[in-house]
Amino acid sequence: MEIPYAVKPRPDTGLYNAKVGIWLFLASEVMLFGALFCSYILLRVNAPEGLWPHHWLSIPLGMTNTLVLIASSVTVVLSWASLKMGNFKRYKIYQGITILCALTFLSIKSVEYHDKFVHYNIVLKDGRVADGHLQKAETNDKTVALEGWWPKDQAELMNPPLGHAEEKIEIARDQIKTMDNYGPWHHTYTAIYFTLTGLHALHVIAGAIVIFAIWGPLAKVWEQDPERYINRVEVSGLFWHFVDLIWIFLFPVLYLL
Amino acid sequence: MNPTPTSVAAGRADEQMIEEMRHHIRRYLIVGVALAIGTALTVWASLFDFGSRTTNIVVALLIAGCKGSLVVCFFMHLISEKKMIYAVLAFTTFFFAGLMFLTLWSMNHGNIIHIG
Repeated sequence: MEIPYAVKPRPDTGLYNAKVGIWLFLASEVMLFGALFCSYILLRVNAPEGLWPHHWLSIPLGMTNTLVLIASSVTVVLSWASLKMGNFKRYKIYQGITILCALTFLSIKSVEYHDKFVHYNIVLKDGRVADGHLQKAETNDKTVALEGWWPKDQAELMNPPLGHAEEKIEIARDQIKTMDNYGPWHHTYTAIYFTLTGLHALHVIAGAIVIFAIWGPLAKVWEQDPERYINRVEVSGLFWHFVDLIWIFLFPVLYLL
Repeated sequence: MNPTPTSVAAGRADEQMIEEMRHHIRRYLIVGVALAIGTALTVWASLFDFGSRTTNIVVALLIAGCKGSLVVCFFMHLISEKKMIYAVLAFTTFFFAGLMFLTLWSMNHGNIIHIG
């Protein structure tokens, strides 16, 4: 038995099934990210004065990723419009660029994550604090080597002056009281940062897989049933735009404020 | 073979649709450029001191809201969507607003009872 309204719209709603389905799914996604945004607001507002970090993330990298996602959103709608005009070749080019944009976004995100996992904060037994990136090649059993700086106090650590000078720091291991990297466990901010961006990155991966599947292995559907194929591209595109929309809010909230 | 009246009508409809799509494409490109400008504006606004941190947060979220509206209205075609989608989104907006309201309401310290 054939499922009705899988391609043609229902006469009463004017919508085909998948379109209703994706909008209902996106509605649930709004609540999911909404709950996490609320968590962020609560954590941010209730943080003690001067103990919420600023400038811990690279603004140029965040901005580049924003522009990459915007470009991918443009290519998604252009690919859909190309199919509507019957130009399959142009669709393939635009959607190929979308997939490349998705990979670029994930690569930049990986660089940012890696940067946080090699970024260490070391509290010495004499009370001083060293902060910087671990130099693996120069770190040995007796000492830890960092390319970093010495913040004066907790407030300066939370809000490092832009363009502060970094130096090579070598610390004897027996002088170290605590040492941890900027992973999710480091601070409430890094916890919510990794949760929000991690969940968003999973959405980027899922969206890219679906777009790739329609673009590559499922491309034969275009020959058999063009209308169904266009609907699939439209639905996957709606999901992709939602992923872009979430990032538009994540960027200023996490990188700039 | 001469074209039949039906095929001529279908051809015109196709031409009309293609012309409409070309118009859409121009619009998508303009929205894309507007979003890129909006991103630059967000970064610029974050470097500018508007007097208080609250004002800076409001400005950043306002710009993000405008950019989000462009994505939703034009890329997701919400500007010309069917009533049922609007109904789904009306429910979502209601519950999302409720979630935000409860969050902001709970931040009122008068609601917290300290024991001991």
